[in-house]
Amino acid sequence: MSSSVAQLLPVLAAAEGGLNWHGFFFLLFALLACCLAVAVVLADNVVRMAFYLVLSLGATAGLFFLAGAEFVGAMQLMIYVGGTLVLLIFGVMLTAQEPFVSIKTPVRDKVLAGLVGGALLAVLIQAALSGPAWSGSAAEGGGGVALAAGQPSATPLGMALVGIRVDGDVASGEKSPEDGQVRSGYLLPFEIVSVHLLVVLVGAAYLARSKRRKSSGGQGADLSTGGMR
Amino acid sequence: MNLLSDPVGVSHYLIVGAILFTTGIVCMVVKRNALGVLMGIELVLNGANVNFVAFGSPVLRGEQASILGLDGQLMALFVILLAAAEAAVALAITLNFYNNHATVDVDRADDLKG
Repeated sequence: MSSSVAQLLPVLAAAEGGLNWHGFFFLLFALLACCLAVAVVLADNVVRMAFYLVLSLGATAGLFFLAGAEFVGAMQLMIYVGGTLVLLIFGVMLTAQEPFVSIKTPVRDKVLAGLVGGALLAVLIQAALSGPAWSGSAAEGGGGVALAAGQPSATPLGMALVGIRVDGDVASGEKSPEDGQVRSGYLLPFEIVSVHLLVVLVGAAYLARSKRRKSSGGQGADLSTGGMR
Repeated sequence: MNLLSDPVGVSHYLIVGAILFTTGIVCMVVKRNALGVLMGIELVLNGANVNFVAFGSPVLRGEQASILGLDGQLMALFVILLAAAEAAVALAITLNFYNNHATVDVDRADDLKG
């Protein structure tokens, strides 16, 4: 059965003739992510859009795991799916009055946006296929390459965030820390991002605070003065 | 190159990123619900993240070293953090707009129109 699947989609064929599980899970997660992203666009109901978005971001986290970036994948699951989407769904629930659950867009606008989006997609895919630098691909060895070749990435990421780069053979390859080239870590961006996050959360809480009592008091005062006149 | 016969490489991830990016752009343009526009922004950032991770991946180019190395994963982490911050502020603005105008339709946000 696995050989017939491999004949149908040659990306799944491993060198040994078995099913290439790396390719299989890549296809699964990629199809899930793309189809659910399209479903976000096509859905009219905002609650369903939020649900499709959760699933699409989760499938993207699966893609990150397959690419050997398991720490980023875990952060994607925790921060995006666990944090940002919960925030979004709270927003949906707070504003989901009956007329706003599904706001229809005119068909003319949809067609126009589809045309422009299709053109953009054509340009991007053409660029993605034409770069010689990234056309090399993984894995003559077939299935287990992603798990075998990658070592856990959490330690180098954490060291880079406190300013120390422990990864010897990055990017330009031959430049190692010994030849006088000091590759800086990410201590300063990390601090900037953390302060930024603090300021943003304080600002968001300030913006979203309830002002209902004051405004209703103002309307009441207007009504009372109107009544007195 | 033939996408369906080559083993999974950077180009495959770039195509997934392009599709996510385009759907995000279309979502931002088409939706009239402010929260729908916000979801489009999340999709765009996510597509960019797929590209960063693909370029920084240690396994997708076989024997060759990755193009971005660890930088790609760190950029993806920063993008995730900034997207969380952006979502918080945008939701606060949306709630404020909803409190003031009793709607989340972005076409009704024309107070500044001359």
